[in-house]
Amino acid sequence: MGSSLRESVNLVSDPENLDASVEEVFRMMLGVECERTEQGRSAAGQAELESVTAVVGFGGMLSGACVFRSGASVAMKVAAKMTGMQFNEVDDTVKDGIGEICNMLAGTWKGKVPGLAAHCGLSVPAIITGRDYNLHVQAPEFQLEHTYKFDDAFFAVTIVCDSLQ
Amino acid sequence: MSEVRALIVDDSSVMRKIVERALRQAGLESLVVFEAGNGNEGLDVLKARAVDLILSDINMPAMDGLEFLRQIRLQKLAPDVPVVMITTETSAEHVRQAIEAGAQGYIRKPFTAEQVKERVLSLLRVA
Repeated sequence: MGSSLRESVNLVSDPENLDASVEEVFRMMLGVECERTEQGRSAAGQAELESVTAVVGFGGMLSGACVFRSGASVAMKVAAKMTGMQFNEVDDTVKDGIGEICNMLAGTWKGKVPGLAAHCGLSVPAIITGRDYNLHVQAPEFQLEHTYKFDDAFFAVTIVCDSLQ
Repeated sequence: MSEVRALIVDDSSVMRKIVERALRQAGLESLVVFEAGNGNEGLDVLKARAVDLILSDINMPAMDGLEFLRQIRLQKLAPDVPVVMITTETSAEHVRQAIEAGAQGYIRKPFTAEQVKERVLSLLRVA
């Protein structure tokens, strides 16, 4: 890859990289097989009273964010698979676990694009809990939003790129 | 294997627990774990405790893992103690920086317990 990612925008925005990253992180850290589903965002927890969103920012040659979003019940299930603990509420451990999942998704995704891993830094994860909010970026370069499932648990992962050098 | 004292440095308490579990699954049953949430806290532990192994994340607030490594060597806090970086940062440049700072091993997140076992046991045998 040359010095410009913009010339390789098709490679950077390849949706298969996101699918492969999600499958890899969930298989290795949770021991579950994930699959992409065409069910919409409602399946990824938007209908629940509380949802959990983790955001990890990209900076450098690519500016944007990786966003993980699920309902509270799925967030607790993910954290339980990670830690071996059981959760009845979205406590600090659940938020920490979801933040780490998002961090690994972001790192794995950028590692799949030659030249991006070394020139794109990651922020520490931020966690948002609540309901009825939307992620909006003015005129992004590209945005991928996929819904996945394991067992009966649905979640969404978004890669949004607002600038590319 | 006799008692192993490990320092795990990561800003995520969940990741610290996962790494500890992987170490126990590696057969390190006589394992004593010290935890730290960033490089500064890691240095404080090393000033108070002797350890046999250090596992550290890179991206952390307050003091990141690379600076933590440099300070360990600069302050001669844990000479000859193997250090393994466990991180999402996987570029050749990050690996080079970690090795230059004094890391002996590098494990990419996400990881399996088997990968941790392989890397850690080989370093402890050498040490």
